[in-house]
Amino acid sequence: MTEQYDIIIIGAGLVGAMTARFLSQYELDILLIEKAADVGTETSSGNSAVVHAGYDAHHGTLKSEMSVEGNRLWGTVAQELNIAFKRCGAYVVAVGPEELPKLDPLLENGRKNGVPALDIISGEEMRLREPALNEKVSGALWAPTGGVIDPFGATVAAAENAVMNGVTLKLNTEFQDFIVEDSRIVGIETNRGEFGCRWAVNSAGLYSDEVMHKAGVRPEFKITPRRGEYFVFDPNMVQVGEILFPVPSKISKGILVTTTTHGNTMIGPNAENIGDKEDTAVTQEGLNEIAQGALKLIPSLELRHVIASFAGLRAGGNAPCENPDVHYDRDFVIEIPEEVGGFVNLGGIESPGFTGAPAIARRVIHLLEEAGEELEEKPNWNRIRPARPRFHDMTHEERTLLVQKDPRYGRIVCRCESVTEGEIVAEIHAPIPATTYDAIKRRTWCGTGRCQGAFDIPRVIEILSRELGIPANEVTKKGSGSEFLERPTKEVST
Amino acid sequence: MTAGKKKWDVIVIGSGPGGLAAAIEAKKNGAQDVLIVERDVELGGILLQCIHNGFGVELFGDDLPGPTYAQKFIDETLALGVETRLDTMVMDVTPMRTVWVTKRDGFEELEARAVVLAMGCRERTRPQIRIPGTRPAGVYTAGLAQQFVNIEGWMPGERFVILGSGDIGMIMARRLTFEGAKVERVLEVMPYLTGLMRNYVQCLLDFDIELQLEHTVSRIIGHERVEAVEAVQVDKDWKPVPGSEEIIPCDTLLLSVGLIPENELSRQAGVIIDPITGGPYVNEDMETNVPGIFAAGNVVHVYDLVDWVTTAGYVAGRGAAKFAIEQRKHVDREVPIEAGENVGHVVPHRLCKDTLVERDVQLQMRVKRPIEKPVSVELLDGHERVTRQGARYARPGEMVTLNVPQKAYDAVNKAESLQVRVVER
Repeated sequence: MTEQYDIIIIGAGLVGAMTARFLSQYELDILLIEKAADVGTETSSGNSAVVHAGYDAHHGTLKSEMSVEGNRLWGTVAQELNIAFKRCGAYVVAVGPEELPKLDPLLENGRKNGVPALDIISGEEMRLREPALNEKVSGALWAPTGGVIDPFGATVAAAENAVMNGVTLKLNTEFQDFIVEDSRIVGIETNRGEFGCRWAVNSAGLYSDEVMHKAGVRPEFKITPRRGEYFVFDPNMVQVGEILFPVPSKISKGILVTTTTHGNTMIGPNAENIGDKEDTAVTQEGLNEIAQGALKLIPSLELRHVIASFAGLRAGGNAPCENPDVHYDRDFVIEIPEEVGGFVNLGGIESPGFTGAPAIARRVIHLLEEAGEELEEKPNWNRIRPARPRFHDMTHEERTLLVQKDPRYGRIVCRCESVTEGEIVAEIHAPIPATTYDAIKRRTWCGTGRCQGAFDIPRVIEILSRELGIPANEVTKKGSGSEFLERPTKEVST
Repeated sequence: MTAGKKKWDVIVIGSGPGGLAAAIEAKKNGAQDVLIVERDVELGGILLQCIHNGFGVELFGDDLPGPTYAQKFIDETLALGVETRLDTMVMDVTPMRTVWVTKRDGFEELEARAVVLAMGCRERTRPQIRIPGTRPAGVYTAGLAQQFVNIEGWMPGERFVILGSGDIGMIMARRLTFEGAKVERVLEVMPYLTGLMRNYVQCLLDFDIELQLEHTVSRIIGHERVEAVEAVQVDKDWKPVPGSEEIIPCDTLLLSVGLIPENELSRQAGVIIDPITGGPYVNEDMETNVPGIFAAGNVVHVYDLVDWVTTAGYVAGRGAAKFAIEQRKHVDREVPIEAGENVGHVVPHRLCKDTLVERDVQLQMRVKRPIEKPVSVELLDGHERVTRQGARYARPGEMVTLNVPQKAYDAVNKAESLQVRVVER
């Protein structure tokens, strides 16, 4: 093994990236590996983008502890990492008198979990706050600490801050097996060779079951992906700017109407257990289901203003377990197991895993310290990930100054979201280079508007081709195999 | 704001056929300082990628390729002394006609006495028609594919399925075949063609490309790149017919499923949009509800022939020049024009009665259902007929024009509202 690390983190979704970021404050050599061409491409980018208040997770579970603590931490973390985050508050809306009694148990559970400032408001008050709501609204749970976050930006920012602080990130690097000596993990095998370590962290999300089984841990644990589909609306045409949950069902928080940090109203998700860990297809049935669910809350929603649909997979751990005290279908696994040394095991981090991520990262540190790891703080740790200019969010005056400094910020590449060439070039040459169309999309929101890329795709291909020094037909949407273009036309010689 | 800042008589946003025509006609009608703001690096708009012929038959009696058609107007625009800002994007238009633009050499605020909106239209996309399935590379709008092939010089795939029988889709079917690609199928959800019959003959029939009516794509298959699509027959309510599913292997799906007027800037300027057309409510001068803001071409409603975009641009340009010179308030003697039997929409939405003293006025409409026999196109005041003309047929894919002659003034003058209808003769 040529490369030796103190800690290897397997999987650069939000939990892996956030763990790397928090661990980067210590004098440790850290490797973060990711099998995809970019960080945060799976569950971390296919979700509701809600930072939950923490009233619904069953009291006494790790889930409830992590979500309340994570919610609290996000205020600081989002600021330090310059992630778009709006603590706009969230509602659980009861429709009709029959749903009203379902709010009390949520309030009670939330208070036990330590969620601050929870309140139940009347249907009348709720309709004043959101006039588009179903007129049968009978009341609502109001959770002011809930919020919406930029899910793409969050993972990128956390990973980038980790890299700024010395963490090594290897993309397109897939975990294959552990190397174990004397019952202790001493390294991993990947498609790109072996890497040595003293500790390995399993943050493989949908694949966390397979990774822990390779370590001989919890062979009964199984991830069952639970797919959720979403619709995103044109912010110019539909403006519901609140987070509105229905009263929850047994398996999910239900189909909500929410908003993105860019002002798009978004609806979803449904919840469907599926076998395939890569099946993020949207279905006719699923889309119908979320439309029905959302219309119950906001009857005036017009589906013709939908500009995007997508699906994400929750990494649900719901295998039956022999120990009756362990409820995988209700809780996260965050542990240093006894079966093997040098292993931090994170499994079943489904919703509210996004909310919990900063708390989970801190808990990993705590577990390492408990296991006797002496963590020494870096004197020069930089907790700030600087923001890059976002033309979309600037005033006309700020734009004038920026374009004077760098004329590339005057060339609009995506007209719907006002993304400029300057922003795209900056992402291609950032600490974590954006090398695919989707990577640029996740960072800049380029192509997320009404025309869904019809205007910007040729321009982004041109910029990627130029900046990466590759021909246009090697530019991909999301990594090898997803090239946009086939070959030059007949008239064109290369 | 710097003192003595230049005030343009007319600023035209967009240099496609509508914008060029508006700029030319504004200049010819007395506007001194006319500026075109264009986001691309050259004038001409989408015409530049339309290298097929079929342009100018109505105006010039000539069958021209898009770039040649555009060049005629570009030459005239420049010869008249219209100024241009290229590679420049308009970010904002205010109701008082301040135009914010951004370009490589700076961010700038322009003032105009009159503004012509000529942003054209954009294509409907996959999410808007809600095709289920995965999200791989290889799903493009037909216009984007046209840009790849005709402007960038790249083939986006080898085996195509085209959804929608719109004109761009059919034209691309032929273009891709010329380039050696295989077009497996054109699918159309409606029971009739949505584009022009001539394109069906010249682009599909002549190349043995199969068109399946009442069919759509029910699923996209493939993780990284499109591997196949699932096609399905639909019934009268667009519901899939069970058992009719067919997997068609392909690497690219092109969408030619309709165009939407591009009016985000218009909304910022306070222009009210007709939910049916997707474009501004306009009068016979193509003036919107905001005084001094006019709209030209596909930004108002989507035309089937570029020639009509040009003539609509002329009307808007004349109106803008007049407004810039006179700074007049529009007179109130307006009568609304409503879509009646078998008419989806009609433009203009309202007519100043006094205009008929000066000139004829053209009404343009789209029918809801095809009538493949002689039809009567009529303008009515209640049960009373104001004017009518005949046509051999009426098809949703082809715009119907009705000329309202000056001699209809008396009938229009006493009307409180007018209706158009297209019925069997």
